[in-house]
Amino acid sequence: MTTIYDRGAPGRRAVSLPSPKRDENDLLDVLPAGLRRKSGPRLPEVSQPELVRHYTALSRMNYGVDTGFYPLGSCTMKHNPKLHEDLARSPGFAELHPLLSAEMTQGALALLWEMGEHLKGITGMPGITLQPAAGAHGELTGMLLIKRWLEARGELGTRTKILLPDSAHGTNPASAVMVGFSVVSVPSDRRGMVDLEALKKALGPDVAGIMLTVPNTLGIFEEDILTITRLVHSAGGLCYFDGANLNSYLGRARPGDMGADVFHINLHKTFSTPHGGGGPGAGPVTVSEALVPYLPVPGIARTGETFRLDWEKPESIGRVHPYFGNTLVIVKALAYILSLGDQGMRAVSGGAVLAANYLKARLKGAYKLPYDRLAKHEFVLSGEGLGDGVRTLDVAKRLMDFGFHPPTVYFPLIVKEALMIEPTETEPRETLDAFAEALLSIAQEAQEHPELLREAPHETPVRRLDEVRAMREPRLRRVF
Amino acid sequence: MNPYLPHTPEDVRAMLDRIGVPDVEALFEDIPAEVQRRNRPLGLPSHDDLAVHQHLVGLAERSTGRELVPFLGGGLYDHFIPSVVGHVLSRSEFYTAYTPYQPEVSQGTLSWMFEYQTMICELTGMEVANASMYDGASALAEAVLMASRATGGRIVLVPRSLNPRLRDVVSTYAWGAGLTLRDVPCSEGGQLSLETIPDGTCALIVQQPNAFGIVEDLAGLKDRLGKAFLIASANPISLALIEPPGSFGADVVVGEGQPLGNPLAFGGPLLGFFATRMDHLRRMPGRVSGQTQDVDGKTGYVMAFQTREQHIRREGATSNICTNSALCALAATVYLAALGPDGLRQVALLSFERAHALAERITALPGYDLAFSGPFFHEFVVRCDAPEAAVERLRRAGIAVVPPDFLHPLGIRDGFLVAVTEKRTETELERFVAALEGR
Repeated sequence: MTTIYDRGAPGRRAVSLPSPKRDENDLLDVLPAGLRRKSGPRLPEVSQPELVRHYTALSRMNYGVDTGFYPLGSCTMKHNPKLHEDLARSPGFAELHPLLSAEMTQGALALLWEMGEHLKGITGMPGITLQPAAGAHGELTGMLLIKRWLEARGELGTRTKILLPDSAHGTNPASAVMVGFSVVSVPSDRRGMVDLEALKKALGPDVAGIMLTVPNTLGIFEEDILTITRLVHSAGGLCYFDGANLNSYLGRARPGDMGADVFHINLHKTFSTPHGGGGPGAGPVTVSEALVPYLPVPGIARTGETFRLDWEKPESIGRVHPYFGNTLVIVKALAYILSLGDQGMRAVSGGAVLAANYLKARLKGAYKLPYDRLAKHEFVLSGEGLGDGVRTLDVAKRLMDFGFHPPTVYFPLIVKEALMIEPTETEPRETLDAFAEALLSIAQEAQEHPELLREAPHETPVRRLDEVRAMREPRLRRVF
Repeated sequence: MNPYLPHTPEDVRAMLDRIGVPDVEALFEDIPAEVQRRNRPLGLPSHDDLAVHQHLVGLAERSTGRELVPFLGGGLYDHFIPSVVGHVLSRSEFYTAYTPYQPEVSQGTLSWMFEYQTMICELTGMEVANASMYDGASALAEAVLMASRATGGRIVLVPRSLNPRLRDVVSTYAWGAGLTLRDVPCSEGGQLSLETIPDGTCALIVQQPNAFGIVEDLAGLKDRLGKAFLIASANPISLALIEPPGSFGADVVVGEGQPLGNPLAFGGPLLGFFATRMDHLRRMPGRVSGQTQDVDGKTGYVMAFQTREQHIRREGATSNICTNSALCALAATVYLAALGPDGLRQVALLSFERAHALAERITALPGYDLAFSGPFFHEFVVRCDAPEAAVERLRRAGIAVVPPDFLHPLGIRDGFLVAVTEKRTETELERFVAALEGR
């Protein structure tokens, strides 16, 4: 495949710039010779038309939400409203330097304050930080908050364990160990929910808290949530809620009312901001009263119509971000909240859950459904037993030939050959039907022409790629 | 009807019938009634597109700071962003895609990541780079955690000349991981002066150029550190002129990539770049794109070495990072491709030239001097008796600099920071000097 380095010719460039007035050697005379760069970085040399065609060509080898249906479980690939993209380019946000004084940045501070108030209301929790730049960054922030809380209570040395349901996202255990906790897995029961008896056994004076995803990664709401959080609290621990799945109950229920002490919100999931090919997102964190004193500084406070930075948290964990968080992502998310209002937010979760249950109903005869319960925003099928040596990976690759992005596969780990499907509320019924038809055809193909699946995809810019070779002979940059 | 919600009442009816429930509310019976009863709406009506537009643009226009001519730095810099950057980023096949978990439909993302990794290696003088982190501060913090894992040491040497925002974030991460920060003093020239290296040191951090804008001399540092990591946090534009940290044996080079084609954005989103040596590859955090072949022998790209990452290795992962700053890394890729080696050098030289021209004129004024004698790139600390008053005079002349209290944590109370990029004109430089002079 052609890279930008394979295009162009020496001396070409895609932008013209002014030249320095002084002679280069004369100018750089003040830099000691040992500090001056000896040989320049090898960068592409392309004209503007070559550059534009190259990246346009690359874009056409990519599949985005704007290309088609993207039912990636746990990722909430909903439509990204176009108005928001324009708003985030407003010079008053995009060209504003974060080290300007509060007096000169009142609009941006007002934006952050307003967003904070909405998110506190939506989650039913009294404290917030907008600093975390992504969901996992929010998790890290939450773990730091719990650590600080334990330190203040003199329990840092004794409460060292974080409990995690076996269906948890991989970021959860990774976040817990970054602040020195060890993790203990709690099994799911036959309903696909936290096994209460196992939870009771795991709880004790060495437990700092639990990290829960609600609804969990099977798309099942933890019906015992109030019991779970009560048990953890009475054992002296705190409850972290992973907010990746907030889209399923937006406007209908609040984690604060379920007993959450920390909650992170993926603005790039529930609140419609684009995923950017892997970021940037934003992961604001809301907290219960117990953790408010430890939130990162500065917060944003309002007095009358004036906004200021609030540094009055002597017990704060400090900064997790060098400035205020991902402001331009927050612009888009706030626009989304305003456009929806309370009724719209209920309609979002209603539509998301309706779509998931509809697809589940259409597919459950043809695919194994290990946990057949009411789904929330997503559900998990299994590719087991489809036909001669056919695996879930083959189903995923074959879906590409039908013009769809595959669902999340092989997660959660507790389902063999998992296919995790999250349609979101923004897909018309016709799209859901076409996707269901494709999966039904593929199930049939698995019986009749399994090689069609095993050799898929056939219609993509490249076919199945050798991942082992990428490890064995690592080529992670161009070799000149 | 909300423009993002396509289901008509007929659609809803048909879907409910297929599911076999009477209404949408029945799909929420699994949420405990007590929880649903406690729910409180925000009291927020829905807004039409025009009202949303007016509200947000109204907020954007309320910040007066943007009307000032920025001589602002402190980690983020006001460089010219060529139009091609925004146009490539507007391709929604790029910005509406997820992480490239399915390579056959993600060759666009994986290809530019490979290009980006190459460019970052070239800039930093390193062997391998990841596909981005949140920002320069978290990239530095992750480098410190990596150094501790690799060496077993728990002491981090932090120069007094490190950007206070970088230091704050590193300090938060270090506290979480149980690491201790130790100060490294700074010479009169404004460069770090490393005296002793305590036992148990996992890393020395060097910022290039440092928080005072001064170019550090990295020669000999790695030899003195032994197995402890030399971690450099570098300004990527400066690397067009300054010998890269890779040439001095740095183990990790990170930095804030915002100057490469990304807007100031009130501080976010930003771009953390992260580069290291192949020896350290398996300890590196974050995603990396690798070249391979498909079943027909055609060249293609995949996410390589995923066994380091949280979605595979869970609590054994090299980091918890998942979503990063991909689109900002694409901006950097297009920026560097558009400028090429000569264009990047030109931006660096212009910034250097204008910064030095301004510094010369400021120091010619009575009562103003440079705080440090060392060589600088495009940012410098002006020393004067009443920095607050000087900054206020600048503001009245329509010029913004970083408020002097930014330097207080570094022990400087008699100065303020000035950054100059290629965007600042001769007239603006003249206005700056006139304002300080009281003309």
